[in-house]
Amino acid sequence: MDSIVVRRLKKSYGRTLPPAVDLQEPFSVRQGELFGIIGPDGAGKTTLFRLLTTLVSPDEGTATVEGLDIVRDYRQLRTITGYMPGRFSLYPDLSVKENLTFFASVFGTDIKTNYHLIGDIYCRLEPFEDRKAGNLSGGMKQKLALCCTLIHSPRVLFLDEPTTGVDPSSRREFWETLARLKDTGMTIVVSTAYMDEADRCDRVAMMKSGRFLVTDSPAAIRGDFGRQLLAVRSDEMFRLLQDLRKMPQVDRCYTFGDTHHVVLNDGCKSAPEGIGRILEEEYGHKGVSVRVQPATLEDCYMNVGG
Amino acid sequence: MEDNVIQVEHLTKKFGSFTAVDDITFEVRKGEIFGFLGANGAGKTTAMKMLTGLSFPTSGKGMVAGYDIWTQSELIKKNIGYMSQKFALYSDLTVRDNIGIFGGIYGMKRADVRRRATELMERLGFMSEKDVRVKELPQGWKQKLAFLVAVIHNPRILFLDEPTGGVDPAARRQFWELIYDVVDSGITAFVTTHYMDEAEYCSRISMMVDGRIEALGSPAELKSEFGAGSIADVFDILARGAKRSE
Repeated sequence: MDSIVVRRLKKSYGRTLPPAVDLQEPFSVRQGELFGIIGPDGAGKTTLFRLLTTLVSPDEGTATVEGLDIVRDYRQLRTITGYMPGRFSLYPDLSVKENLTFFASVFGTDIKTNYHLIGDIYCRLEPFEDRKAGNLSGGMKQKLALCCTLIHSPRVLFLDEPTTGVDPSSRREFWETLARLKDTGMTIVVSTAYMDEADRCDRVAMMKSGRFLVTDSPAAIRGDFGRQLLAVRSDEMFRLLQDLRKMPQVDRCYTFGDTHHVVLNDGCKSAPEGIGRILEEEYGHKGVSVRVQPATLEDCYMNVGG
Repeated sequence: MEDNVIQVEHLTKKFGSFTAVDDITFEVRKGEIFGFLGANGAGKTTAMKMLTGLSFPTSGKGMVAGYDIWTQSELIKKNIGYMSQKFALYSDLTVRDNIGIFGGIYGMKRADVRRRATELMERLGFMSEKDVRVKELPQGWKQKLAFLVAVIHNPRILFLDEPTGGVDPAARRQFWELIYDVVDSGITAFVTTHYMDEAEYCSRISMMVDGRIEALGSPAELKSEFGAGSIADVFDILARGAKRSE
């Protein structure tokens, strides 16, 4: 059963500007699916969220969420969706508890009714219930925002880069929470700049210039990489990056944690040992290691659409 | 000491009964990329405010860019650059005018601003955009310009506070090449980030837990010290010992 169905969707913010969202191919998100959206700044991710949450209307096309049309049925639709915008948008002058009570009352419910959905997050906020939301740290603001988004028990959850500025341990906790929410049957659409997070989604859409370039499961996207990828190290990593880019065998080279990832030109049959020998003999690198590297989602991202 | 651009000893900052930064001692060497890591709420921002002359410590001493954090905070501000993810530019002004304003704020002579601006614009590929209004630039270019104005006065240290938060993998790498580029020209970089792959790009990193620096060394040293395969694992091991819930 599909939760979100888009046949075509277009939105521009000005006649002279290219459309922010221009989805020409249909796509759908299944009920209970965790659907990720990745793409560069300006790809249209936030506009797509705002369209699907009825905050802006499309110029052309339409979509349904849980069977409700995003234009015609916007009032009803707002009661069953939860939207956590990328920018902090709670009331900074209200306390933690006041914010939560307010959002619950707007949706005609109360904290107690849906406490089971937020309990494991809210228990961390309870010691600070009387603190003004504006005075919370970044990670706490994000936890409170999620609670306020969940308090009316939405059937579909839209999260726009929820973990920006959040440390690695808190990010992992956040994704454990998402997994639990998914288990309750909630449909979740989430955008992220972290590829390890995208890897945890059922399916991922790579968005650029308002369109989806690729939509598939992370495993299928990784499997389709189709290029020879190497991980290379030496004792001089910055010079290594520049030298690798000079080599005719190398199509692209980019930093990747403590190695550089190298995409070889198609038809280039250089074995890893060959590349290693050239780096040592022609470029004078020491401590060289070259190994074949299976593509990660981040590699796929780096190599899609230029 | 000569070769250290930051040297702090027993730096402590208390807010009432809460100790945000708890007796930290470390140095940053000239020409390195120093990664300043830690969980949300570990005290990084408070520590950075003291290092950049925006707040005074409760106790402890320190020198930044050759100046005393107690008595010479205005001189520190003139000799450092600062950029955060929420950078501020004048969107109705052109690229060139923005550079001029920031150069002026740092007290540079017009001719010096012009010379340095040309040098940086050429290096960062900005020449063709110099008369474009900032609001018409794509986000990635705005970020690049914010970076440019942060180094316009050729600071001794460039502080980068989560410069790549929310930035996609391709743009993050482009930004790091900018960092490498200015470090190559002799500027020291002091960077905070939540991306653990970026921690690997640093010469040395420190990890803050509950206001204290619990680990400090090169990425390779820390991985071997903690028997971890990656900096992300080191972070996890240290974060598990944290008592503060932010």
